Amino acid sequence: MTSDVLELYQQVILEHNRHPRNFRAIEGGRRAEGHNPLCGDQLTIHVRIDRGIVVDAGFQGSGCAISRASASLMTDRVRGLDVEDAGSLAARFDQLVTSPVGSPVEDLGTLTVFAGVRRFPVRAKCALLAWRTFAAAIDAREETVSTE
Amino acid sequence: MEHPAREGRGGIAGIRRDFPLLDGRFAPHRAGVRGGDPALDGKPLVYLDNAATTQKPRVVIDRLSRFYLEENANVQRGVYALSERATAAYEHARTTVQRFVNAASPAGIVFVRGTTEAINLVAAAWGRAQLNAGDEVVVSEMEHHSNIVPWQIVCEEKRASLRVIPIDDAGDLRLDEYERLLTERTRLVSIVHVSNALGTVNPVREIVRIAHDRGIPVLVDGAQAVAHMRVDVQELGCDFYAFSGHKVYGPTGVGVLYGRPGILDALPPYQGGGGMIRSVTFDRTVYADAPQRFEAGTPDIGGVVALGCAVEYLEGVGFDEVASHEHELLAHATAMLSSVPGLRIIGDPGRRAAILPFVVEGVHPHDVGTLLDHEGVAVRAGHHCCQPLMKRLGLAATVRASLALYNTRDDIDALAAAVARAREMFA
Repeated sequence: MTSDVLELYQQVILEHNRHPRNFRAIEGGRRAEGHNPLCGDQLTIHVRIDRGIVVDAGFQGSGCAISRASASLMTDRVRGLDVEDAGSLAARFDQLVTSPVGSPVEDLGTLTVFAGVRRFPVRAKCALLAWRTFAAAIDAREETVSTE
Repeated sequence: MEHPAREGRGGIAGIRRDFPLLDGRFAPHRAGVRGGDPALDGKPLVYLDNAATTQKPRVVIDRLSRFYLEENANVQRGVYALSERATAAYEHARTTVQRFVNAASPAGIVFVRGTTEAINLVAAAWGRAQLNAGDEVVVSEMEHHSNIVPWQIVCEEKRASLRVIPIDDAGDLRLDEYERLLTERTRLVSIVHVSNALGTVNPVREIVRIAHDRGIPVLVDGAQAVAHMRVDVQELGCDFYAFSGHKVYGPTGVGVLYGRPGILDALPPYQGGGGMIRSVTFDRTVYADAPQRFEAGTPDIGGVVALGCAVEYLEGVGFDEVASHEHELLAHATAMLSSVPGLRIIGDPGRRAAILPFVVEGVHPHDVGTLLDHEGVAVRAGHHCCQPLMKRLGLAATVRASLALYNTRDDIDALAAAVARAREMFA
């Protein structure tokens, strides 16, 4: 196994893939659909917002380890954030996984494990699907999010 | 006429050496692959994505190059020797392909960009002339998107509809349902010869016979067939047969549409332009006969010439050799993969070509693909442009290993070992 691939599939990611957190619908919350046409991954993000605060987040659907772990870690991380901070975190995560290999990596706590995706441009979309769908949910946008 | 396909003669043994990309050691540093992963350096490339495209033998690469070095001119119009030479090479490829699929005449061989364009050509030209409101076109549940979407486009335009032959759980066509689908409204059956996602070899001869009994023409998508078995369009009896050059050891960007005698001349043109006319005035244009009618504009002359060389190469190896080698490899692959814990092979069709789809418990196909890639094993992961089939199978995606004449037992063993390691990592 090469170092690149070990950096991609870190234990945190493998663990969240095996046992995803918040893998559930949220009644009475907002939802948005995400779709990665390249691989057919389909994700529904559920969010409950109360007075500008993300009080609960969950996800459903099927996807690879990267997209499942990303959704799992995200739904844990955004809970308790106000909507503006959550939106800005989504933008910083986007930057983290799409910046060129070798450029500085912002420390986003546990989410920093996804920096390994930068060596796999095709897989960056997998990591981004949950976050882009989440951003649509908090903006209450109607259309399906696509990572193409 | 010289015979460019010297390599490959005498069967399968050592055939890998004919393919520069496979010969010797995979050197990602040199190739710039993934920033030059040192762990892969010196490992042989295990290429198992042949259903997507095959690698090219040196004779084909050299033929393409030689065309541009020594013969390049436009075809069918120059009065000078070089153009005549280019035209001769281009038309030689047509007669080579004619022999390759046993068409009755070279006029039945139209050069196009690939299978997709061949099907679009028939959908546009034949559909425009023959389809009316209420008519039906029959395809199957295992079709590639390229044998679904062109028909949807023309059906929508003509207010015709698409009917779909279902498959059974093994991945074979339901022929009983097929017969039931054929009615007086059916205008065409368009069916895949070998499924790119399952490997199923469909009983095309029988499918054609059943349609012809009712006077319905049949198009066959042969993209996954021509590299693996001898295709005889007259024996199959089909009206159209489409395939791509790059899946049969030729270059990308060229392909073939075969039309049975008489059928092409009855079709209106596909694209208008130079090379496809007999005479043009602003009042009236008279089209050329097939195949020129369907080859508007300057074709990919070098690509066509190299495609001719590729099929000569394959004929040189011999289909008996190819079939027995691939059959043996497929049996070995089936046994090896079946022994990997948690691995499930998808489908069990009555007859399978050298395509083996599978899923691994607990590991998404894309993760399998990435992990295999990092051991130098190239496979395809995804829906394989067959989303309706994936829905029928209840799968979002599969991993697909597809074989070619240059694959070896070592390739299969490397695949099985890498899949087993991927599963361990995710356990």
